[in-house]
Amino acid sequence: MAMVLDKTHRFKVIAAHAGLIFFLALTLFPFLMIVSISLRPGNFAAGSLIPEQISFEHWKLALGIGYTDASGQWVAPPFPVLRWLWNSIKIATISAAVILLLSTTCAYAFARLRFAGRRLGLNILFLMQMFPAVLSLIAIYAVFDAIGSYVPWLGIDSHGSLILAYAGGLALHIWTIKGYFDTIPVEIEEAARVDGATHFQAFRYVLLPMAVPILVVVFLLAFIGAIIEYPVASVLLHQEQNLTLAVGSKLFLYTQNYLWGDFAAAAILSGLPITVVFLLAQRYMISGLTAGGVKG
Amino acid sequence: MQRSNSRLGWLAFGALAFLIGLYLVFLIQRAGHSLLALGALGVLGVTTWVFTSERAYAWRYLYPGVAAVLVFVLFPALYTVGIGFTNYSSTNLLSYERATAYFLDQKYAGSGEPLNLSLYPADKRFIVHVENEAGQGWQTAPLALDDAGARTVALQPAARPPAGDKAPMKDVIAHQAALKTLALILPGSKDEYRLSGLSKVAAMAPLFARNADGSLTNRQDGSVLKPDFNTGFYTSAGGERIAPGFKVGIGLGNFERLFTSHEFQGPLIKIFVWTVLFAFLTVVFTFVVGFVLASLLNWEGLRFRGVYRILLFLPYAVPGFISILIFRGLFNENFGEINLVLNGLFGIKPSWFSDPLLAKTMLLLVNTWLGYPYTMLLCMGMIKAIPADLYEVSAINGGGMWTNLTRITLPLIMKPMMPLLIASFAFNFNNFVLISLLTGGLPDFTDSMVPAGATDILVSYTYRIAFQDSGQNFGLAAAISTVIFALVAVLSVVNLKLTRVNASAR
Repeated sequence: MAMVLDKTHRFKVIAAHAGLIFFLALTLFPFLMIVSISLRPGNFAAGSLIPEQISFEHWKLALGIGYTDASGQWVAPPFPVLRWLWNSIKIATISAAVILLLSTTCAYAFARLRFAGRRLGLNILFLMQMFPAVLSLIAIYAVFDAIGSYVPWLGIDSHGSLILAYAGGLALHIWTIKGYFDTIPVEIEEAARVDGATHFQAFRYVLLPMAVPILVVVFLLAFIGAIIEYPVASVLLHQEQNLTLAVGSKLFLYTQNYLWGDFAAAAILSGLPITVVFLLAQRYMISGLTAGGVKG
Repeated sequence: MQRSNSRLGWLAFGALAFLIGLYLVFLIQRAGHSLLALGALGVLGVTTWVFTSERAYAWRYLYPGVAAVLVFVLFPALYTVGIGFTNYSSTNLLSYERATAYFLDQKYAGSGEPLNLSLYPADKRFIVHVENEAGQGWQTAPLALDDAGARTVALQPAARPPAGDKAPMKDVIAHQAALKTLALILPGSKDEYRLSGLSKVAAMAPLFARNADGSLTNRQDGSVLKPDFNTGFYTSAGGERIAPGFKVGIGLGNFERLFTSHEFQGPLIKIFVWTVLFAFLTVVFTFVVGFVLASLLNWEGLRFRGVYRILLFLPYAVPGFISILIFRGLFNENFGEINLVLNGLFGIKPSWFSDPLLAKTMLLLVNTWLGYPYTMLLCMGMIKAIPADLYEVSAINGGGMWTNLTRITLPLIMKPMMPLLIASFAFNFNNFVLISLLTGGLPDFTDSMVPAGATDILVSYTYRIAFQDSGQNFGLAAAISTVIFALVAVLSVVNLKLTRVNASAR
């Protein structure tokens, strides 16, 4: 599209760039600051954005190593950050696998099979994302407290309970996978059926291999969802060794025990990988979400 | 051949699963939960039907997921509503049966004469020897007195004390903890003898006896405790409530307390107003910021749009619990970097966490920061979908940027945007993570009897009542949750209507 560009146009471009850069400076300030703080010695050190003196003490603590401070005293890590990271990854991996398994089969039924209550079911699933688990916390606590008196490894303060509590979070993922199944032509499966495949074989050997990308994305989204979940985990987990990252990180910033620098290093250490995974998966999430929102 | 093999495999797998299910039902039945066992049998039956009947074919795929949703999402939600009509709390934690069992387990030193206890070392273990005033004695087999855990031990008659020396008193004192857990049974008697002094054991009898009408008689002083199913306590004749209480339904009691009692009504109204305001302003701010950025990024005259897009999206990609805590540190009144900058530039140090208005401002700032990338992405998609010829027509007719914005872009994206904005409102209405991690609801109202904060929204208030400072009042908290359920349900219906309208318009 050829257009005559006048001076006001160039001025507008410059103004837009300036505005965006100013806005970005404001929004990215916290991230730059946290990197700087993680490299400053001490937990109360103030200073400019680029630290005058670089120290890796906070990073050593975050990695669980410990260090000797200026007065020759051994400083042990305040919290088992790596242990929390491991707990988070373990819980998130298992629950994401369960969620993927359950939501894939459900999505297949909603996308390909005809049964009574199909539309209603889809609508209910769509509505369920409006009611977060935080509203049911009391019942979740009471239920797992009761289960725990018979099966301790599924009771309060066990990872099993958290995995079970997360396993019900299917609604959004069913919509996402169903949306993807809808874009795959049904004729391919029909051809397989004509050749004598059962429903299940058409699903397992024809449809699933074509849907691998969305399955990977849903796994990643469920994984991240479990890692960043805070309310349910904070109610079900109590012992310091058992916490997930989302619950444990809060302990760094208590007024009585304010470990700002240590928190900064731990935050980058644990936040960076999750952020990268999220950036890889997010494009599909948005399209899945809006598609789910407007299709019937 | 292969096909029949895999069929056989599935059949074997199904049969195995069925047998395991039957065994579980059997275990539950043997543990004494007949109703639960019946329920489990029902589930097993339905499961078997779903996986064998041709008519239920679609449900083979739906069943596991639907079951998970029912058990872990729908059931807790309904159960929460149910708890809202009970007095379930830290003082009324047990069921009626468990509370009664607690009372019936209480023991007192009965009328029988106490026996003298002595220990005789036997190869790192001890023989417990007891005798009465007349010199008649009984003893146990050698016991290891180091592990804790209640034990019932039978006594055998002993004509004379065991060989060797009595253990000194200090050994008896050292093993008090283990001795206290011992219940000694005399031959031919049912009474338990338990430690009643340093080296004395006495027959213990149940303190309470249950009467036909459900009341409990105290056998020591003859008083009677009656269960009161309105308050969930056993009460004495004088009307005194005896802990532990038990769970009972109290109808609308929690709701009455919330809406009519002076102590809760005031904070509840303030918190509700702030919740709505918080959610509404968040939606407005995130939409405005997101929309402006989206319009800029869709402008083809601008270079480096891809770089801007990724950088602007970053706040959304970083896990919320980390960025919120980063802000908690940055806004710290004494050491926080934001106050350092403000102090350097303008010489002010706002008290972000102790001033209610500033705390609310901070929450809105942080939440806008967290939320604008999402609306920005949504707006970008929708603006792209607007046909370019509309803008060409506008340009031909002399329309400027402002006309384009207000006459074309905004009206066209508002309609598809609306359900998403309502969903965003509902999300922020229940944005527990932000409140909990950033302010924890603080600063608290100074004029309120119950702990409630100026920045508390309904869910965080619920959480405080249930799990933090006000004595774990689950029933009351569940009542508030029920109110929130109702409010969100209304929003959901509106949302669904709007979505349908949009869908049919296409």
